[in-house]
Amino acid sequence: MKVYMDYGAASPVDPRVLEEMMPYFSDSFGNPASLHSYAFEAQRAMERARGQVASLIGAEPGEIVFTSCATESNNLALIGAALRYRSRGSGVVVSNIEHISILNICKELSKQGFEIRYVPVDRDGIIRLDRLEALVDDETVLVSIMAANGEIGTVQPIREAAEVAHEHGALFHTDATAAAGKVPLDVGEVGVDLMTLSSNDLYGPKGVGALYVRKGLRVKPLMIGGGQENGMRSGSENIPGIVGMGKAAEFAKKEMKSEAERLTRLRDRLIKGITEEIPASYLNGHPKRRLPNNANIRFSYIEGEALILSLDELGIQVSSGSACAAKTLEPSHVLLAIGLKHEEAHGSLVFTLGKGNREEHVEYVIRQMPGVVRRLRSMSPLTPEELR
Amino acid sequence: MYSEKVMDHFRNPRNVGEIPDADGVGTVGNPVCGDMMSIYIKVKDDRIVDIKFKTFGCGAAIATSSMITELAKGKTLDEALKVTRADVAKELGGLPPVKMHCSNLAADALHEAIKDYRKRRGEG
Repeated sequence: MKVYMDYGAASPVDPRVLEEMMPYFSDSFGNPASLHSYAFEAQRAMERARGQVASLIGAEPGEIVFTSCATESNNLALIGAALRYRSRGSGVVVSNIEHISILNICKELSKQGFEIRYVPVDRDGIIRLDRLEALVDDETVLVSIMAANGEIGTVQPIREAAEVAHEHGALFHTDATAAAGKVPLDVGEVGVDLMTLSSNDLYGPKGVGALYVRKGLRVKPLMIGGGQENGMRSGSENIPGIVGMGKAAEFAKKEMKSEAERLTRLRDRLIKGITEEIPASYLNGHPKRRLPNNANIRFSYIEGEALILSLDELGIQVSSGSACAAKTLEPSHVLLAIGLKHEEAHGSLVFTLGKGNREEHVEYVIRQMPGVVRRLRSMSPLTPEELR
Repeated sequence: MYSEKVMDHFRNPRNVGEIPDADGVGTVGNPVCGDMMSIYIKVKDDRIVDIKFKTFGCGAAIATSSMITELAKGKTLDEALKVTRADVAKELGGLPPVKMHCSNLAADALHEAIKDYRKRRGEG
């Protein structure tokens, strides 16, 4: 059986999205900056997509800036806003479980003279609002808290976080890469100034992302050129990709509720099945306030990369927060932030479910996991007598 | 990412287990780093007649442990001490660069086991 459960890393493009994109490669290939019918067609397609993406998050079309990926959107949001509004202050506050792109951008901002403060999370992976309140002050120019964490699935109280930022006159950015299309997000309701979106996480093509920039705000562009995207992101637009992201956002909005309910059932069955079948296995992250498609489970006495390899042999694809699965040789900063010890973090697996997963896939994983864990534990010098 | 040889040793590791009455035991690494292995040897007439391993770690850690047991079995202690990390990696058809240091501890564990044996005999 083939059971792909790594949708957080990469998702297939929805065939309906691909179909929508196809004409824009070779037939309607115009550059929207030109002044003829080919250009008008490209303009219309791009503006339709802008509307579709805006509609997913309750924004206006003019507030969407297309980029090349979520990482670029994060760069544009943090560096672009920090530099543009530097006169307001030099403090930047982020959580300590942000995506690596945000954390590395903060290192860069720190080199440029910004003071970065990190908000901790509790053991379930929810940001500590009391600590946020203590860290944000009138020198803070920007607060960035992710809408949901892609690794441990926790959904963050971003409305409350945005309020804290605004009380001090700071801007609020949220990286909604993992959350968009999975949980409802309304920029007006939340009070967001900047929001990062990814196309692939919505079953759109890779190579496209978007940044929501609230009307009246500007970010300093990082890509200098012909002034496309309202001057905030130059470069000829990737029309097929943008069309794909738009269509993907439209389906995400329409199908979110039913898909979230379906995935939540599968997720809960997976968590229950695995943690009941396997001794010394535990859920990481909040049991309820988590993305409908995320299960992060740790297994004592064994290591995540060995688990991934073993599961791949059985047709099951997942991720791990293990150091051995990372280029840095450090275990996941997210797992350390929720208070796990290094040796606990090494044995964690991330299951991100998606459209292709059915009940029989979940049951297959639940059937296969105990044997895989038992085999690795039988080889481990750490396994206690009673589990051998 | 891994060679077919590494995957073979990961899938079907040779000589897994413990030797309860081992003549020498070597343990290297620690769980905090994500890799830890123990090598158990049985020695007769200065020759390794039996060897087993237990490993906590990634695919490379398990495969290198398995490979070292194959390389060391039947060798004299002095021959076994000459087996290096590089030999293990070479016999496995290479290891990803990032794994060369962190997960390639098996030769060290073997050397520790031999040292332990000699120490127990009062030779160390």
